[in-house]
Amino acid sequence: MSETKIKVGAAETSLPAMAKDVLMTAVIALVLAVPFIGLKSDSVGTALELYTRWPEMFAIIGAVLVGRVAFLLLRLRRDQPRAQSAQKRAGVKELAANWGGKHIVLIGVAGFACAALLPMMPFASRYTVDIATTFLIYVMLGWGLNIVVGLAGLLDLGYVAFYAVGAYSYALLSTELGWSFWVCLPLAGVFAAAFGVMLGFPVLRLRGDYLAIVTLGFGEIIRVVLTNWVDFTKGPNGISGVPRPSFFGYSFSRGGEQTFHDLLGIAYSSQHRVVFLYFLILILAGLTNWFTLRMRKLPTGRAWEALREDEIACRSLGINPTNVKLSAFALGAMFAGFAGSFFATRQGFVSPESFTFMESAIILAIVVLGGMGSQMGVVLAAFALVILPEWFRDFQQYRMFLFGAAMVLIMVLKPTGVMGRREPTIRLHKKKDAAEDAEAQPEIAQ
Amino acid sequence: MTAVPMTEPMGQSLLDVEHLTMRFGGLTAIDDLSFTARRKEITSIIGPNGAGKTTVFNCLTGFYKPTVGRLKLSHPEKGEHYLERMDGFRIAQVADVGRTFQNIRLFPKMTVLENLIVAQHNVLMRASAFAVAGLFGLARYRDAEKAAVEKACHWLEKVNLIERADWEAGNLPYGDQRRLEIARAMCIDPVLLCLDEPAAGLNPRESLELNTLLTAIRDEQGIGILLIEHDMSVVMGISDHIVVLDHGRKISDGDPNFVRNDPTVIKAYLGEEEEEGDHA
Repeated sequence: MSETKIKVGAAETSLPAMAKDVLMTAVIALVLAVPFIGLKSDSVGTALELYTRWPEMFAIIGAVLVGRVAFLLLRLRRDQPRAQSAQKRAGVKELAANWGGKHIVLIGVAGFACAALLPMMPFASRYTVDIATTFLIYVMLGWGLNIVVGLAGLLDLGYVAFYAVGAYSYALLSTELGWSFWVCLPLAGVFAAAFGVMLGFPVLRLRGDYLAIVTLGFGEIIRVVLTNWVDFTKGPNGISGVPRPSFFGYSFSRGGEQTFHDLLGIAYSSQHRVVFLYFLILILAGLTNWFTLRMRKLPTGRAWEALREDEIACRSLGINPTNVKLSAFALGAMFAGFAGSFFATRQGFVSPESFTFMESAIILAIVVLGGMGSQMGVVLAAFALVILPEWFRDFQQYRMFLFGAAMVLIMVLKPTGVMGRREPTIRLHKKKDAAEDAEAQPEIAQ
Repeated sequence: MTAVPMTEPMGQSLLDVEHLTMRFGGLTAIDDLSFTARRKEITSIIGPNGAGKTTVFNCLTGFYKPTVGRLKLSHPEKGEHYLERMDGFRIAQVADVGRTFQNIRLFPKMTVLENLIVAQHNVLMRASAFAVAGLFGLARYRDAEKAAVEKACHWLEKVNLIERADWEAGNLPYGDQRRLEIARAMCIDPVLLCLDEPAAGLNPRESLELNTLLTAIRDEQGIGILLIEHDMSVVMGISDHIVVLDHGRKISDGDPNFVRNDPTVIKAYLGEEEEEGDHA
């Protein structure tokens, strides 16, 4: 109520107006606090007894007032003459342009190098490397989904289905037929891509919400089939004893012939496998990133983005939307398939429980929070969504609350995602002018 | 219905629309429409609001399947195509018919240059061997891309947008967006260019520039242009041939002079009184 009142004009930021605002806030807080906090009923036996909690209530009202005053002061500062802040903002804008442009390759390479050195670091415990591996799985899935959602603009809520297809492909082929991981990895990608096309065909005409619902259903169908087709998938019990990966035939086990530590002539350490898995997913994720970045600059990738922007215009230019959509679904799914078979070999066990809708939602959140279509954004968002909850473990039951609050905060502050700025795939003029260009272009309100 | 035959046939026939009828349920949007558009000519379709002009375009470019009728495109190199039987995207891909939209349809988040590169999708797709050659950066694809950029630059210079090549298309002023859409349609190398109200929202200076651009396209590229337009200064200034529609029917067909003086047109479209367009 007071909120709308004070917005009316600049005069409202005068001292009396602010005092009035604070007073109003106090009254509202009091009215709300008396029933919510001041009075508390408790059942004693069959009767109901009323308690009062006045000290707590006044403490909370006080906190509200302090918050309101702080808020008003902040806004006062913001409304101050903008002369010096305009300059600052131009600097920030340039920085943002560079961050999204000139430096991004550098940052990407540096990030990759850091990731490659991580297991050698002194602080790299088994736990750290394990978390980093999980993080990279999500980064890879985010990059894969980024093709479908970020580039082609096809909202896919059932992405985890392809992850499941990849995981079960490897689990079944290795346990039933005894095929090695390196044979199954590409096959898992091919199977997942085939499922991507299978999903793609019926939804060719759908967009937006309708597409989201169908893909959601598809994701559930896969999970339900995996749960109920007991003869084939072993149902809810899952498939255990999925072979762990080997280093070109050298296993990471303690004993047996052809072991990795014998090959290098070093002592056995259970850490070897963890580090090997870490490097494996790092390479797979790196491959995904390389592929997507290349594709963006190719006609197929540009057609994906054009399709996201305007399908009708695409058709008027002779672009076959069916091919464009199916290629996005198939390639996006393929990377989920790779990630899935990696997941299976890492866990040594797959069950339908790992492929619930929650996983799809997290992967989608990574893409959206990161900024649709941005590769770097996916990394940052995956960090926020996978690593932060680990750090927040100290907060125990507030963990998910903080997680949710962080997501809301990002979307409020950056509605287009952390890295919402799109980098052109080709430039006519030199990059130097790009920042000026960005200056010259009118900012379109988001 | 007073259909009057064309007075001075020139150029080769490019598009023959024969008995085109389009019904939406009980509503007949186009009723037995026949006309011919020729190469190296600008053919305008005019008519009051709701006359069915855009519906004609949507039939031509495959967004609607006509209820009845034949749309024969005589491609100078690829022979005859029957557009009513083709998918929308194949009309642009195979029959080389380009179009723009009444409510501009650019790719707003992509840059001006990217918009023009996307338009050359099929050429680049072949050159990149369906992304395989492109993925590994083979020379064959790099050359094709260079050629595509050159073609894009050619058109950007034509429409005077070369300075803004790296702008996001959605950030361009309205008039620039209109011109960019025409440039984009030209990048598919069309033999027939269909423009849906290209002068809508332009100021007089801009619509004059548009006239110059369209006549230049007609004369230099030797293609046929099909134009829907309300702006009489554009229509009367550059059309070689005008087809007038009212309630889905053709009420007049001829050169600008003929149409301007046709009593049926004056009655149905320009108003009861004699109210001539004063540009010639």
